[in-house]
Amino acid sequence: MRLLADLFLLIGAAFALLGALGLLRMPDTYNRIQAGTKAVTLGALSFILGIGLLYPGWWAKLLVIAGFILFTNPVGSSSIARAIHLAGTQPWQRASSDPLALKAPQEDKSA
Amino acid sequence: MDNISRAPPLTLPHYLFIFATVYLLWLLLVGELSRQELILGGLVSLVVTLVSAPHLLIFGGVKLRIDAPLHLLRYLGYFFVALIRANLDMARRILSPSLPINPRMVEVETGLRSTLGRLMLANSITLTPGTLSVDVKDNHILVHWVDVSPGVDLEAATREIAAGFERHLSGFLR
Repeated sequence: MRLLADLFLLIGAAFALLGALGLLRMPDTYNRIQAGTKAVTLGALSFILGIGLLYPGWWAKLLVIAGFILFTNPVGSSSIARAIHLAGTQPWQRASSDPLALKAPQEDKSA
Repeated sequence: MDNISRAPPLTLPHYLFIFATVYLLWLLLVGELSRQELILGGLVSLVVTLVSAPHLLIFGGVKLRIDAPLHLLRYLGYFFVALIRANLDMARRILSPSLPINPRMVEVETGLRSTLGRLMLANSITLTPGTLSVDVKDNHILVHWVDVSPGVDLEAATREIAAGFERHLSGFLR
């Protein structure tokens, strides 16, 4: 049980790391949100599952937390995405054949 | 966004549903089933329901049918598979040195009429592989795609994703 719990905690940490890496690597806000939301949602759920295995008495509260995370995480992300969409930020486009294209021109506007 | 005035008024079954939801939340947070907590929770839930129900018109989107829980479970299963696939897909993109992304915006139409239904659909789309809901205008959802391979009919692909969730969501939401 302990081993399984540790495994889930590790998976959660790995996805949180991936989310952070995604924030650094992605070229614009939309893509950062994409990387951040998905990875952090699953990472948090994995954490909660791991904690639930470690402390089985907490399952009820953990279930509530998981529910709120599942419900509010995407809403928050969509709100940010909507805000920058209304502010007129266009999705980043890869400029073909330009090796320096990763430095997107809209970087400053969306940051 | 959706206008609230179009939401249908809450019926008695909806009041009971809100009461049950609040009661369940109370019991989960308390974490014990002693008689004292059951009675106190019931009283608090009753007050909360009566006070807050006029502001909870969003619950009018719930279809209270006998097979609704079944649809909810099926939706959850479908959703978690999508969530895990989305994460593996995103992990691959983030870790590959060439950063294989090619973003694009697409609009998709939804058949769900209630605010809650559209909220759940938009949430689901956000947590599916490669897509992010950006805005909801009436019955259209604006979706951001992280990777558009050349030659793919994007509208059809988006419709397919939305239809997959709608099939399950329409079982318990309007």
